[in-house]
Amino acid sequence: MDALLFMIFAAIAAVCGINLVIQKHAISSALSLVGVMAALAALYLLLGGEFIAAAQLVVYAGAIMVLFVFVIMLLNAGVERTTRRRPWAQYAGVPLLLVLFGTVALLVQEISPAGDNVIFGEFTKGTPLDVGRALFTTYLLPFEVTSVLILIAILGAIVLARKEID
Amino acid sequence: MPVSFPAGVEYLRILPEIILTLAGVLIMLLEAVWSDQRRTVFAPISLAALAAALWAAMASSYGPAFSSMLAIGGSATFFRALVIVVGLLAVLASSEYLTRERANGAEYYALILFSVVGQCVMVAANDLLMVFVGLEIASIASYVLAGYLRDDPRNNEAALKYFLLGSFATAFLLYGVAWMYGLTGSTNLSIIREVLLSSGAPSLGLTGVAAALIFVGLAFKISAAPFQIWAPDVYQGAPAPVSAFLSAGPKAAAFAVLVIFMVHFGATAEQLQPVLWACALASMVIGNFAAIQQSNIKRLLAYSSIAHAGYVLVAVTANSEIGAAAVMFYMAAYALTNIGAFAVVTHVARKGERFVSMSDFAGLSRRQPAMAAMLALFLLSLIGVPLTGGFFGKFYIFKAALDSHLVWLTVLGLLNSAVAAYYYLRVLVLMYFHEPGEGAEELPAAGASLQIAVYACAIGTLVLGILPDWVLDYASKAALK
Repeated sequence: MDALLFMIFAAIAAVCGINLVIQKHAISSALSLVGVMAALAALYLLLGGEFIAAAQLVVYAGAIMVLFVFVIMLLNAGVERTTRRRPWAQYAGVPLLLVLFGTVALLVQEISPAGDNVIFGEFTKGTPLDVGRALFTTYLLPFEVTSVLILIAILGAIVLARKEID
Repeated sequence: MPVSFPAGVEYLRILPEIILTLAGVLIMLLEAVWSDQRRTVFAPISLAALAAALWAAMASSYGPAFSSMLAIGGSATFFRALVIVVGLLAVLASSEYLTRERANGAEYYALILFSVVGQCVMVAANDLLMVFVGLEIASIASYVLAGYLRDDPRNNEAALKYFLLGSFATAFLLYGVAWMYGLTGSTNLSIIREVLLSSGAPSLGLTGVAAALIFVGLAFKISAAPFQIWAPDVYQGAPAPVSAFLSAGPKAAAFAVLVIFMVHFGATAEQLQPVLWACALASMVIGNFAAIQQSNIKRLLAYSSIAHAGYVLVAVTANSEIGAAAVMFYMAAYALTNIGAFAVVTHVARKGERFVSMSDFAGLSRRQPAMAAMLALFLLSLIGVPLTGGFFGKFYIFKAALDSHLVWLTVLGLLNSAVAAYYYLRVLVLMYFHEPGEGAEELPAAGASLQIAVYACAIGTLVLGILPDWVLDYASKAALK
């Protein structure tokens, strides 16, 4: 049952991801991205990462995507205009994509021990307690330094949006 | 489950970052509460904070900090001091420019300080997470700084190009980090090193792909070919003091990370040697041959910066302790020289950067003998003339390359240096043997802070050229570990 659910949500994520790229209208792409985020949240939940699943849904599918959609509507972005593709991009694109898929497949084969399937429900360290503990002990420094990153993003937005400097 | 809190000494090890962050926040707060008359105080505050951070970085003890997220060692201390000095010089070179452009805002100084924080985190990182967070802080600050004069279309173009291509490159780095984590089960560089050395190490082909993806992200930051396309447009479009900062600070930090990776990735990194070889050669050739055709001095310096990234990549390709020491020495010499050159350009460009074409430098020796002499010194150092830092920088790089049996790369690199001499000398000839053009304006004397920056760079360039042992001894010891 778990494996079946996993397959279904993985398929949804993949389909939404492809749709995101091929859609011509920005809003359709943004909505596909919501689909990807939600499907990923379901995958995390199936694997036992309950806190990450909730955060994924609340932060990405909720807050960030709403912001995306607002900005797209505010700027009144229309249908994407395509310019003529470079000839080499047309011919090399698909083979290179296949190479990428091939190496990713190799990677997955390499890191998954032979014949040992994922056991759903085995991983139980994804509770808010565990995540919080890791965040405030081992990963304390990256967590704190990220606040500088966010500060600088706000500062940058102010610089680029202000009326005049002096 | 026992919880260990960071010890006091670990806080001391990140004291430079703490000082700079607090100063950045302080400047933002002061801007909000103070009236406009006191704007001149932001530059002195930034300088004081950077000086304090420099002291803290030099005095810091060696060892890991915060669950081994950072590892302060000789190399980290060297590069932390270097990026802080770059910040100092950039602030000194900026304040007059900003007043001239009526843009002397607190945000500029806060952005520089935060960017230096990001670079400090990068060079001291012992965890892929810290590398990424530090790189993002440094990069986002750079994107905004490149577009700081928002009403200037050239600034806008520079910022947008830098941002779009930079985000794309960072995505590659992040993808590589994810691969590395998947293959080794850790983001900590010490653990990754152990796993890669152990008998159960993942296959070299896959770790090679991960390392190559990470290299793409870093190669963009150091503007190495074939990821150099952004550099000329950004350096030309960004405000001149910002170009000075961008061409020295973030570049040094990215090279520091590259050296850290070369050490920790072991055999995986060795496998990438042909790629590094090709990138080094392509950067030198593209940078130098494109620079010959430029008529804009900022664009010329941008292409020259691509070529210099190629020289440093030669030392990285050597992948030895001498190579690592050569990278450190060269980045120090290059940072001082390049900031000095851009500072002189900042002065000559005048309001709105109207005078940045090569012909505007004609007869500079008669209009401003001191500034012309300084620019001449910096150009000679970029060529690699003896008695300047650039000479010993190139010398150690090619020595490291020969020690690692990279004979062809050395020969091609030396030929490239000869090509480079042509376009640097062209500027020299213009300055000393040509009359000033018709439209040349009267140049007022440079402000005190700009002069301090230029002379400090000149003294540094000469010290590195006459007494290279001071820095080189330190760099060699730091590279040994």
